[in-house]
Amino acid sequence: MHKYIPNTEADKKSMLESIGVSSIEDLFSDIPAELKLGRELNLGEPMSELELVKHMNELADKNKSDFVCFRGAGAYDHYIPSLINHMLLRQEFFTAYTPYQPEISQGTLQMIFEFQTMLCDLTGMDVANASMYDVGTATVEAAVMAVQNKKKCKNVVVSKAVAPETRLILHTYLKQNDIEVIEVDTADGVTDMDKLTAAVGDETAGVIVQNPNFFGVFEDVEAIAGVAHDKKALLIDVVDPISLGIVKRPGDIGADIVVGDAQCFGSALNFGGPYIGFLTTKSKMARKMPGRIVGQTEDTDGKRGFVLTLQAREQHIRREKATSNICSNQGLCTLTVAIYLSTMGKSGLKEVALQCMNKAQYAYKKLTESGKFKPLYNKPFFKEFALTSDVAAADVNAKLAESNILGGYELECDYPEAKNGLLFCVTEKRTKEEIDCLAQVMEVNC
Amino acid sequence: MKNYNKLVFEVSKEGKKAYSLPKCDVPELDAASVIPAGYLSSEEPKLPELSEVDVIRHFTNLSQKNFGLDGGFYPLGSCTMKYNPKINEDMCRIPGLVNVHPYQPEETVQGSLEVMYNLAQSLAEISGMDEVTLQPAAGAHGEYAGLLSIKEYHKKRGDLKRTKIIVPDSAHGTNPASAYVAGLEIVEIESNSQGGVDIENLKSVLNDEVAGFMLTNPSTLGLFEVNITEITKLIHEAGGLCYYDGANLNAIMGKTRPGDMGFDVMHFNLHKTFSTPHGGGGPGAGPIGVKAHLAEFLPVPVVAKKDDKFVLDYDRPNSMGKIKNFYGNYGVCLRAYAYVKSMGASGLKEVSEAAVLNANYMMHKLKGEYKLPYDQVCKHEFVLDGLRGSELEVTTLDVAKRLLDYGYHPPTVYFPLIVHQAIMIEPTETEGRETLDEFIDALLKIAEEAKKDPQILKNAPQTTLVKRLDEVKAAKDLILKYQG
Repeated sequence: MHKYIPNTEADKKSMLESIGVSSIEDLFSDIPAELKLGRELNLGEPMSELELVKHMNELADKNKSDFVCFRGAGAYDHYIPSLINHMLLRQEFFTAYTPYQPEISQGTLQMIFEFQTMLCDLTGMDVANASMYDVGTATVEAAVMAVQNKKKCKNVVVSKAVAPETRLILHTYLKQNDIEVIEVDTADGVTDMDKLTAAVGDETAGVIVQNPNFFGVFEDVEAIAGVAHDKKALLIDVVDPISLGIVKRPGDIGADIVVGDAQCFGSALNFGGPYIGFLTTKSKMARKMPGRIVGQTEDTDGKRGFVLTLQAREQHIRREKATSNICSNQGLCTLTVAIYLSTMGKSGLKEVALQCMNKAQYAYKKLTESGKFKPLYNKPFFKEFALTSDVAAADVNAKLAESNILGGYELECDYPEAKNGLLFCVTEKRTKEEIDCLAQVMEVNC
Repeated sequence: MKNYNKLVFEVSKEGKKAYSLPKCDVPELDAASVIPAGYLSSEEPKLPELSEVDVIRHFTNLSQKNFGLDGGFYPLGSCTMKYNPKINEDMCRIPGLVNVHPYQPEETVQGSLEVMYNLAQSLAEISGMDEVTLQPAAGAHGEYAGLLSIKEYHKKRGDLKRTKIIVPDSAHGTNPASAYVAGLEIVEIESNSQGGVDIENLKSVLNDEVAGFMLTNPSTLGLFEVNITEITKLIHEAGGLCYYDGANLNAIMGKTRPGDMGFDVMHFNLHKTFSTPHGGGGPGAGPIGVKAHLAEFLPVPVVAKKDDKFVLDYDRPNSMGKIKNFYGNYGVCLRAYAYVKSMGASGLKEVSEAAVLNANYMMHKLKGEYKLPYDQVCKHEFVLDGLRGSELEVTTLDVAKRLLDYGYHPPTVYFPLIVHQAIMIEPTETEGRETLDEFIDALLKIAEEAKKDPQILKNAPQTTLVKRLDEVKAAKDLILKYQG
């Protein structure tokens, strides 16, 4: 008898009696004999707790998990306040389900409402949903919203400075609905405005840019919004939410939909997941928004409370015509973000953003000092920047790994023109000493 | 329970601080000297300001306004709210497994890749599928990926007019939604009087435009589809493929396998069957399993084993492409892996046996006072059709709300749609007989109340922090963020 299953043999026996059958097997009599497995699954014996812990630690030992991380490219090593994990482990949050019964789910519902408020404030938008799977799928949902918004559209336009994975996901999804994804080249690390203007036409539903973009460089979002709006296309802005501690809000410079990944708000690197996508937009698009949304209301005594709302958009009701199939989302990660933002507050987020900026600037200066490593682009950047040299990127990283450093993201596989290119990320967690060490190894050993 | 009624913004007070960061140890520059003035914000972000204790108190108070599984019975049908083992939470926080960047070199993440590979192998064995990918982030995301594999299969064969997906009217709402998003057309078929697939209805829609068929077995009514072999055979003969919705896998582990029933592709809900926490609505994980003939279409990358090394294989020319950033909800997969290892073959079989026993026991005890539309052996869940006595004006919603007063999370209500006053109960294997008996008692008492004084039910709940909430008002007077 397994420890997670409480019924004793005596319980089972008397329950079978009360049902009026003689054995458990009778309760599986509806499965045709030829479909019965007739053997044990080949999964081995159950492991005791001690054996499991040992086994998992042995697996962990096969990883290298103590690198000093200068790699970003969509997964960021930011500071995580200690209290987050303690709050996440409160069983009332983590063992609960979707708040279908609002009277006993006010904790989850209010938390989502607070998340929505904070995300709207940060992005300068009116509505946020309760989260998406990640930035890639959030971008897809935003593109689908744009397509829904414009009749007779045939394409969406996306800058090549949007993360490669995001663009790949966009291609997978949109081709199923015969929407063309037009990619626009970059020039000096930003979206080429002439090419963008040429690509956006009357049949373009949306324009997708990332800011700061994949290379860490700031885009002229306001100008790009102008190009999109001239053709009645929506501007979808993929943001690094940490940057919102210091830069203008996308909603104030022309974005119609803002998406991003909030992994940087309190989630560990976690080998890529779970992360949390977010999506915010203006009021006029609220009813086109996918996913769960929490609204404020009153109970029969007039007391403030929260419920899931606008559910008519969802697959429960629009079964055959739902434009999104998202059902469960990233609930616990939503809580992570709500706690992170409540903890950091207005001055904390600004300080994190400024430290990222300052440390990235310092690293950039140190790494380019000797001239061995040169900037790939000559544009203002936030916490990531790209360098190149005569040495193959993989060789640089191999040398850095010997000094326990996870070096930059190797750009050449996604951008063949970025020969020997390395994309470095410097967060507030990196120290001067670590940056100096990075510079030293690259200068001397590479 | 203390009645805390503040939003985090109402706790906020200017100048408070809940974080600490090291002093910046590099030269501090003026942001305007680095970032063009036109890009910089002139104001600070509008976030609340709290002390650390404020944050802890606020979210602790919020948690206390929530009903969780550790606190009590949560018989939410179709969601499989089983116990979430504590050890799994420790396992998915082992620093060596968690502090790894998704773009680290493969040779430095062999442990993580091994976990993923082995979990995929275990799921393949449990389901009778040939290959499994862990990438989809949720069940519905898995449905989408599974349907794309069906599309790619027909496309590769040049069978381009196959654009229709057959879905029973008892299906989960995500099935037709996923098919629609995947660019497929939905053909809904009516179930037969036993709640199963109506073979004649099915035959009438089979033609050379059918791409596939979606089914969960046991069905959303908790009933095993006895004609399943005939059904999958019919679909295959018509040139279509069969998709298995794995939401109800908890009923059949170690007993029978979707792969053996004739299904070509399926998804798993790790947050249901494999006991990873639902987290108030995620993160879940929805791996998909396929038979060999669909393996080439799986999303990239696939975790593979080459010689003695684990690799991320992107070299899959017929792949549907990428569907998600990185490799899926790895942290969720770690918990599921720990669960499978804890249970082993014998444990998983025992899970299904206990879940089915519990459901049948409850169904048997309740069918006197509540209508039972399909009176036969059920699997891990069963659906009642409201209270007996059609003269009663008490609805299933009233019963559900009254259950709150008795201290329970109510079952799923009004689903599946084919049962008018549906109450869908799934006790799961992790509840003991005492809990079931107490819950049965509560439901029987409510049935009595409904006869004697239905107003008690109409006015429920009375013991919760908020009473019945006005959902119409919420949708009409939209307030989606704090207005200050």
